Amino acid sequence: MDKNMKILVVDDFSTMRRIIKNLLRDLGFTNTVEADDGKTALPILEAGGIDFLVTDWNMPGMTGIDLLKAVRANPELMDMPILMVTAEAKREQIIMAAQAGVNGYVIKPFTAGTLKEKIEKIFERIDG
Amino acid sequence: MTNDVRLALAKDLVMALENNDEAVADEILDKISGERESQLFQEVGLLTRQLHDTMASFSLDSKIAEMTENDIPDAKERLQYVITMTEQAANQTLNAVEGLLPVSKELNEQAELLSGKWERFLDREMPFAEFKDMSSEITKHFDESKQSLKIVQVGLNDILMAQGFQDITGQIIKRVIDLVQNLENSMVELVRISGGHVSGSKKTNEPALPGPVVPGIDDKQGEVASNQDDVDDLLSSLGF
Repeated sequence: MDKNMKILVVDDFSTMRRIIKNLLRDLGFTNTVEADDGKTALPILEAGGIDFLVTDWNMPGMTGIDLLKAVRANPELMDMPILMVTAEAKREQIIMAAQAGVNGYVIKPFTAGTLKEKIEKIFERIDG
Repeated sequence: MTNDVRLALAKDLVMALENNDEAVADEILDKISGERESQLFQEVGLLTRQLHDTMASFSLDSKIAEMTENDIPDAKERLQYVITMTEQAANQTLNAVEGLLPVSKELNEQAELLSGKWERFLDREMPFAEFKDMSSEITKHFDESKQSLKIVQVGLNDILMAQGFQDITGQIIKRVIDLVQNLENSMVELVRISGGHVSGSKKTNEPALPGPVVPGIDDKQGEVASNQDDVDDLLSSLGF
């Protein structure tokens, strides 16, 4: 796992973006960028250079699930590892995200340990 | 039809009958019964409209009753959970700060003491025996600093994590605001109906993205993951 990889954090709440960024920094990932919904995230992703996407689900403008689908539908971005960090906990939603091709799913409120574990698991699979 | 008009028509009818004028008599009778019929129609129309209004206000009444019975207590529980969460966050932050303050005070005091001694050493005012003591004190201080800074790191992380309440409670409060909005719409509707105007009522739906699970409210039917383990189990059952 490359600690210098560029991570895009997408959440409409700035406090949550700060928390995730701080946790990522604690895990050694300092190269992060932010977006506040799918609409602002997509151009950043399309511009290239992002290695890992961490996104919320429920956001105004464009939701995380729509962002996930848009990324998977784009040949340039379809292999992007995506971790969803969301308060949405309905079984049907988790299944929907899995079917849309999410790599990991963390429900809020979460712990630093959970985030670390899920990120490690995602990159174990990719590197392995 | 006024009394005068009716009286005049009756007199005309009597006259026509006395004169054996069948055509005129029939015409007058038709006129009287026609007038009656159109009055009856107006009456039925009015009753129909009143019935319709009453029915509409009945269904609106039941909507408001439903809100009073279910949605408002539901919202109260959600807001109660907001209080619980913000209280937890505040306590978590305060606990961390209270744990960290003595640690930083202790480190500060040690540093002050040692820097004073270090000054004296630089000014060549320190006897060798005292220098030996200071050396071991400095070694001890470094060890303690490493331990203490680890504690500070953990405490700061706790404070950081406690801020997550803002996102969760924000989403819960937004949902309650939506309920208040719906209630307001219904009240406006009711006022409009009692004022004699009827229009279709809007439906309230379960939001597509219900947001944070509120314990005791959203996890009753077992269709939600109440913690990360549930999510992991579900995903692994899907072959994840």
